[in-house]
This record gives sequence, structure tokens and C-alpha cells, in this order.
Amino acid sequence: MTDLYQSRRNVLQYVIIGVIVIFIVRLFFLQIVNKDYQQLAKSNVLREVTVFPARGLVFDRNGKLIIDNQKEYDLWVVPNQVKDLDTAGFCELVGMSDTSFRRTFDKAVKYSRFKPSLIAKGLSVDKYASIQEELYLFPGFYGQVRTVRAYPFKSAAHVLGYISEVNQKQIERGGGYYKSGDYIGTGGIEQSYEKELRGIKGTRFVLVDVHNREQGSFNDGRFDTAAVPGSNMVSSLDIELQGYGEKLMKGKIGSVVAIEPKTGEILSMISSPTYDPDLLTGQDRAKNFKVLLNDSLKPLFVRPLKAAYPPGSTYKPSLALVGLQEGAIDYNTTYPCPGAYYVGPLRVGCHHSGFVPNVAVAIQFSCNSYFCNTFRRLVDDKPFKTVGEGVDYWKKMMATLGLGVKTGIDLPNEGYGYLPDSKYYNKIYGPKGWNSVTIVSLGIGQGEIGETPLQMANVMAAIANNGYWYTPHVIRKVADSDSLLKQTIVKHEVPIDSSYFRMVREGLERVVEAGTATVAQIPGTKVAGKTGTAQNPHGEDHSIFVAYAPVDDPKIAIAVVVENSGFGSRFAAPIASLMIEKYLNDTISAPRKYLEERMMTSTLIQ
Amino acid sequence: MSYQTIRKPNQGVDWMLIILYITLMLIGWMAVFAATYDDTQPSIFDLDKSYGRQFLWILGSLLLGGAILLTDSKFYTTFAYGLYVLVLLMLAAVFVIGTAKHGDKNWIAIGSFQLQPSEFAKFATNLALAKFLSGLTINMKDLKTRFIALGLFGLPALLVLLQGDAGSTLVFLAFFLVLFRFGLPGSYLLLGVYVIALSVLSLVFDKLYIVTALILISVLLIYLGRRSRTQVFIVVAAFLFSIGYVFTTGYVFDKVLEKHQQDRVKVLLGQKVDVKDADYNVRQSKIAIGSGGLWGKGFLKGTLTKYNFVPEQSTDFIFCTIGEEYGFWGSTLLLLLYLTLMLRILFIANRQRSRFSTVYAYGVAAIIFFHVLINVGMTIGLMPVIGIPLPFISYGGSSLWSFTILLFILIKLDGDRLAILR
Ligand SMILES: [Zn+2]
Repeated sequence: MTDLYQSRRNVLQYVIIGVIVIFIVRLFFLQIVNKDYQQLAKSNVLREVTVFPARGLVFDRNGKLIIDNQKEYDLWVVPNQVKDLDTAGFCELVGMSDTSFRRTFDKAVKYSRFKPSLIAKGLSVDKYASIQEELYLFPGFYGQVRTVRAYPFKSAAHVLGYISEVNQKQIERGGGYYKSGDYIGTGGIEQSYEKELRGIKGTRFVLVDVHNREQGSFNDGRFDTAAVPGSNMVSSLDIELQGYGEKLMKGKIGSVVAIEPKTGEILSMISSPTYDPDLLTGQDRAKNFKVLLNDSLKPLFVRPLKAAYPPGSTYKPSLALVGLQEGAIDYNTTYPCPGAYYVGPLRVGCHHSGFVPNVAVAIQFSCNSYFCNTFRRLVDDKPFKTVGEGVDYWKKMMATLGLGVKTGIDLPNEGYGYLPDSKYYNKIYGPKGWNSVTIVSLGIGQGEIGETPLQMANVMAAIANNGYWYTPHVIRKVADSDSLLKQTIVKHEVPIDSSYFRMVREGLERVVEAGTATVAQIPGTKVAGKTGTAQNPHGEDHSIFVAYAPVDDPKIAIAVVVENSGFGSRFAAPIASLMIEKYLNDTISAPRKYLEERMMTSTLIQ
Repeated sequence: MSYQTIRKPNQGVDWMLIILYITLMLIGWMAVFAATYDDTQPSIFDLDKSYGRQFLWILGSLLLGGAILLTDSKFYTTFAYGLYVLVLLMLAAVFVIGTAKHGDKNWIAIGSFQLQPSEFAKFATNLALAKFLSGLTINMKDLKTRFIALGLFGLPALLVLLQGDAGSTLVFLAFFLVLFRFGLPGSYLLLGVYVIALSVLSLVFDKLYIVTALILISVLLIYLGRRSRTQVFIVVAAFLFSIGYVFTTGYVFDKVLEKHQQDRVKVLLGQKVDVKDADYNVRQSKIAIGSGGLWGKGFLKGTLTKYNFVPEQSTDFIFCTIGEEYGFWGSTLLLLLYLTLMLRILFIANRQRSRFSTVYAYGVAAIIFFHVLINVGMTIGLMPVIGIPLPFISYGGSSLWSFTILLFILIKLDGDRLAILR
């Protein structure tokens, strides 16, 4: 075939040669003639620096700062930038031992010669200031600022939580936000409000010279993204009350939970023994954590949320409410108490004896016989075909008071407490092997029943409110916002008539007026409450007191559990009443000073 | 057709091409190793890293090349159109089953293996074009012939464009050079330039302005050429084409291009400056190459590479690694290797007795040339940031395999040049 366009044969060839020549000339200028690029690459290294946002602060209900930030510095190294390292000089400057420096440095080299590794962490602002001046002598090393938490009041450790380094799982679950070495809220508010508190990380591109000194931002910061600081939050805690309660609980094991009934706001939540939250920040965090973890008294255990106690007599008001609603009893149901409840071979003792004319008096004297009777009438009542159905009804109604279920508090790891159901007993005794007598101890809050201190306080809030409760919470709102967080205004209506609540309240008022808890009387303030004793097979019983005050306009509902301290009136009731008095009146009246003194000084821990 | 005797697969093979080919692949493998080197996983065969996988791609390529040498070159002449149609169908299938990767919707996933049809469209189109231009009655003076020839590569180019792969689309423009060689009037090269200009303009200006301008220009041209029916026809056709193109481009840009791709184009056009991607990449790329100096920093010593200062280091910006670690002599040597390869292909083109083989060879040279032109031009700041691979060097299986097929079909055709006269 003839080629009609023979003249075009070499055109492409020339074009290609031309382009390659242009490229080579361009490279010649770029790589040899123009020294700028070599200079840029050699003396100005572009470094991507993560800007950590300031973590949100937390204030208490009165505007006091309870979680603060403090600056701290970490020292990093990029091994391949290290030149002529004067090890001794570096160790002296930073204050590290030669061996520990070598160990971390070798590890860094092994990890990567090009990527930064941590050499020393948690240096205070003062210390870093003194180091920084001479850090240029050690190329490859640089400091990065970080904020750490500080807890000015040194209390409420269990509510506030702490921050710790992320683990692998958290990195994976974090959706790409966390990198190894980042910090994350652990426990308490720090954990449940991590997203709000942490803010959004930013990135800065900085030019650093061979001595690792910052030469300014790259391209006037055009590629930088600003860090968005975390939100400041307002807690419902009253930090003064919290601190006061921690003093009262000193030397004792137990819990205090105080709730504002009208809002569900937690005023204070104490887990004793507690610890100084500052122990878990800063340089010695890991060491301190180990000590706390190995402490036999388990100071890291969050008792108010996790520990389930048999509620004992403090549970009688709940039973009365369900019994009244179901129709098993009415206000005027009587019971002649001979000092014990007898059924067949079984005998349940009662501290009281005599004729009980109505349910309020039964609560007043905490009559065991009356409530054993009430419980059996309830579960054996006509509408239920079997006792199993009765028990399941009982459990369902208890759940509306927040028992046997999570209350939904905005803190991690809340426990359920424990309530049995028919399935549970069928499994133990067989479907036909049990009846209301078998389980009569449920009538007095003993046996297969457990309530957390939070649940106990929450029931008091529901009673104080005549039949509703708000999901308990420790955070009210974002600091500069006017509206409350929506999870804080979840209202639970209890399907029990408010007239029954009034009957139970009458009983609770009588308890303090002339019943088992006269020690809880506060001059000028009418208190309603209920003592309880949780049987403890391992030692002395736990003392419990639940209460609310003032009775005609309740501002505080409270539950106090003191482990191994005997009757409720011995420790729990005084502590609860002192908390109430402190919260309502801000001072302790003179005649009760001795009580305060006694509580603060008595120690039950051997 | 003529006689044929049984021939060994390596008979008549152009060893120079094969040696150049293997040299480039090995340079590529080393460059990928340096670009993505992770000193926590230092084995070059580590399959967790791109360099380990690239090794597998290279092995696969060698097998593929060997397999092509075992075939009969008649296969390619006979089935040129068949392969072309098959690839068109695959390109169309991408719209149905394509999985988006890196924002470009142009991958077909078969199990865990991903195929990029747009890569394979290049050799198939080249075959089809060779077949068409080697037809006995072909006369480039004929308008219809010109349009069919343009349509042969215009169609796959359009399909690739609709998938949002602007880089590969540009590569198809390489066929203009091939058509020019075989008789397309030089003025048609302006068409290619016009298409590029139109796409850029339609991104910069509002569509309304462009359409208005097109109408005014068309009316003027029709008025000037009102005596010639053909000219009026051409102007009207060009007008309709332009309108269609402007709207397609806008649509593709908004709907198909991912944000980071839009950003790249906008940076090039100076519309938007607050993006990190494109602007930043070119600057970093130039620093990396420039800092290589005369002799380079040495293997694995490129600091900018190690800090990931140049993104896409192992694919589109692989030339940076070579520039930084081997300096001026290294990058020049690489360019000279490419030059040798392309000149050798053109030399081979001119020694063919069959027109099919000649056209095909020109196509291969033109495609490789466009890739080198755009890719290297981009890294040294002479071309816009368009993501296309550097032949035989960049990380990635689809690209390496498609270049292997492209080249080995040529080697096969060339090997059989004495045996068959087409
Ligand atoms: Zn009694």
C-alpha cells in the first residue's frame, strides 16, 4: 500500500523528542540551577501538627468550676532527624535516667526512624519552659503542648471520671477520630459527654528548620484547619454539698445519692471510699491508678450506680404503693401484729408489735407482719391465675418506679439492681414448687431483691413528686445555651394514683415524726423518710435511709447506704438528715452539731 | 492472505523493546518501594504493602506478555472490532455495576479483583482504529471516513468521560496524532484543542455566556459562509456538538466528579485557592524533585517521600520519588529510557509491511507519549493536575497490565511481520 503521507512520517518523532528535551531542560532548572527547592526541602521541613482543642470545662449548679484544664507538654522525637546526640546532656536537661532514656529511644528507633515517637510525657509548664530554651541543641526532639484535666475541688471523682489514653478498641470504634496516644474520657461525665467535651481536632502545617524551631506557618496557614474547642457543660451537682457528704462518709463504705425531685437533677453522688480525682491526671497517673485498682476497699468501684443492696424496709413504701394500686390493700387495711408474721412453719420477726390500724402506721413502725401480709395478698390476688402472674405484675409495677431497670442516668455502667420474676422461681423450685409463702421475704425487701442507691433515691423522688420522676442526670446543659439538654427532660409517669402516694407520704412523715427515724428531724424543716437494714451474710448489716424534704415542697430526695453499720437509724439517717439540712439551710443547727461531729469522726473501716 | 509456517513464539521478537519494558517495570517497583516504604514492614515482598503487591502485578504482566507471544497475530487483526465492541460493553457495564473507587466510577469488581475497563479500552480502540485505517478503500479525503475514524475513539472517550475519569479521556486525544499521520488534515488537530478549550471554558464561565457566545459566533460564520451549503451544515453541526458538549461537561463535573477532583480543576483554573489538594501537591512535588539536585538523595533517603508530603506518591506522583532520590541524572535517564522506547516503537512502525501493524504501532507510541507528557508534566508543574499513571512505573495492576497488553500485541505483530503480508 502506498503511503500518501510519507512527509508526515517523522512528525510524531520530532514532537516526542521536543517534549522530552523540554522536560529535561525544565528538570535542569528545577534540580540544578534553582537552589530554592533544595533549600526548602533541606532547611525547612514541613510538619503537620495536630492541634488539640481545649477540652470543655464543667461547672457545678452554682457556677463553680469543677473540671478545669491545665497545660502540659510531651517530648517527641523523630529518630532520623537526630544528629550528634549528647545523651548525658539530654538526660540532665529533661531529668530522665540514662537507662530509661535509652530504653524509650531504642523503642522509638525500632518503631520508625521517620515517624515521631513519645520520649517523655506530662512535663509541667514550668519544667518545659526551662527545657525549651536548650532544646535546639538536640535536633529531632520537640515538645507538643497538651491540656490535662484538673479538679479544683478534689471531690466527686466517680461522677466526673477521668481521661486516659485511648486503647486499640477505642481507636477502632472512634470512627477515625482517635490516634494512638490521644486521650479519651473514661468513666463519669468525662466518658458520657466525651463527644461534647472533646471538641474537634485541628491541623497546622508549620515550617521547621534543621534545629526543629518553628519558622512560621506554611503558606500563611492556608491549609490549616482550626481546632474547635469542646463545649463547656453545666452539671447539676452541688459541689459544696458533694464535698460535705464526702466528709460525712469518710471512714465508711457506702453511697449517698441526692436528687432534686422536680427535675431529676443529681445534687450529689458519693461513692465511699473515694479518691482525689487529680491522682489520675498528670505524670503519675498510671502508678496511682494501679494503687487504686489494687486497694481492697475498691475505691474505683462506683457504688451508687453499680452496687445492688437488698433494700430492706426502705422498700416498704414501694410495696405499699403497688399493693394500693392493685387493690390488695386500701388505706384502712388493718393487721394485728403479734411481733412476728406466722405462716405455717415460717416465722418472720417484727421489731414492733400491736395493732396496725392503717397503711400509714404500718410504714411508720415498719411492721414486717403487715407487709408480709400485703405482699402475699398482692401476688395471690384474684385477677392473677397463678402466683407467678402476681409476681410478674409486681415486677412490672416496680419497674415503673425505676426498680429492677436502669434509670437511664447519663453516666456509664449503670447497674440494673435486681428483681426476680416467675421464670426465676420456676427454675429454682419448678413451676408448681413454690407459692407466695416461699417468697414472702420479698415483702420486707430481703432475699432475691437488690436496689442500687440511685434507684432508692429515685423512688423517693417519685414519691416526693406524687407519681412522676425525671430520668436522673448529672449534666443539665451546655454552658452558653439557654435550653436544657433533651435527655434531661424525659418524664416518667408512674401508673399509680396520686392519692395512694399521699397515703404513703403520710406514713413516711410519721417515720421521722414519731417512728424509727426521729434522729432525722431538722429544726424548722419537716422531713419524711424511711430507715432500712440490708441483711448482710458476710458481716454486720448495712444501714440504709431514704428521705425527702421539706415535705410540702420537696427540694431534695436522698438515699444513704452505709455498709456494715447496723440499723438504718445509726449512721444512714443522721448522714442523710445532715445532707438535707446542709442543702436546704446551708448550715447545721446548733443542737445537731454533735451529730455532724460524730459522723465525721467515726470510722467503720478497720 | 498468504502462507504461514510454524514459528516459535520468540521468533522475530524485538528484544530491545522487551529489555526496555522490563527495565522500566523494575525501576517502577523500586520507586513504589521507596515511595510507600514503611520501615516497620521492610520486606519488598510484603503483600500488605503496595510494593509487595506490585511485585505480583509484575509477575502477572510477564505471564500475560508471554501468553500474548504464544497467540497468533492473526487473532488481533481478525477480532479487532470484536474486542473493541467487548470493551465498549464493559465501559457501559460500569454504569450499571461499577464500584466507585477514589471517586472515579470506573472499576468493575469481580470478586476481590478489580478491573478498570477504561485502561483496557486503550489497546482495543487502537486495534479497531488500525483495522479501520488498514482497510483497502480508506481515503482520508473522504469526510465520512474522517468522521468514522474520529468516532472510533470518540465513543470510548465519551464513555470514559461520563465515568468521571478526565485523565483517561485526555489520553484518547492521542489518536488525533495517529490520524494525522495517516492523512487527517492538520486543521483537525485544532478540534482536539477546541474540545479542551471548551471544557475549560465551560467550567470557568456560566453556561449562559458560553451558549450566547456560541450562537453569536455560529450566526457570524453562517452569514460569512452562506453561499456554501456544506459550510453551513458544518457550522450547525459544530454548534450542536458544542452545546451538547458544554452541558455534558457541566453535568459530569457537578454530578460525576468527586469533590477532590472538582477542586483540582478549579485550582488549575484559579477559581479556588483554599484547597489543600492540587495546589499543595504540585508545590510539594516540585520541592521533592527540586531537592534531588544533581545526584539525588539516594535510595530510600527521600525525606519528603517519607513524611508523605507528596500524596498519591506511588501512583500519579511516582516521578517525584525518582526525582528526589536519584536527582537530575536519574530523572533524565528515565526520560531518555522513555524516549528510546518511543523512538524504537516508531522505528518498528516504519519497518512494518502491513498497514495494520504500522497504524497500531503509531497508536502505541502516541498513547505512551501522552501518558508521559501529562504525568511527568504535572509533577514538574508544566501540566495541570490530572491523575493518570506513568506507564510501567506507577503502582497499580490495571494500568500495568493494560500497557503490557498494548506493548506485547505490538511485539507479536512485529515478530510476525516477515511471515504474513496483510
Ligand atoms: Zn409489726
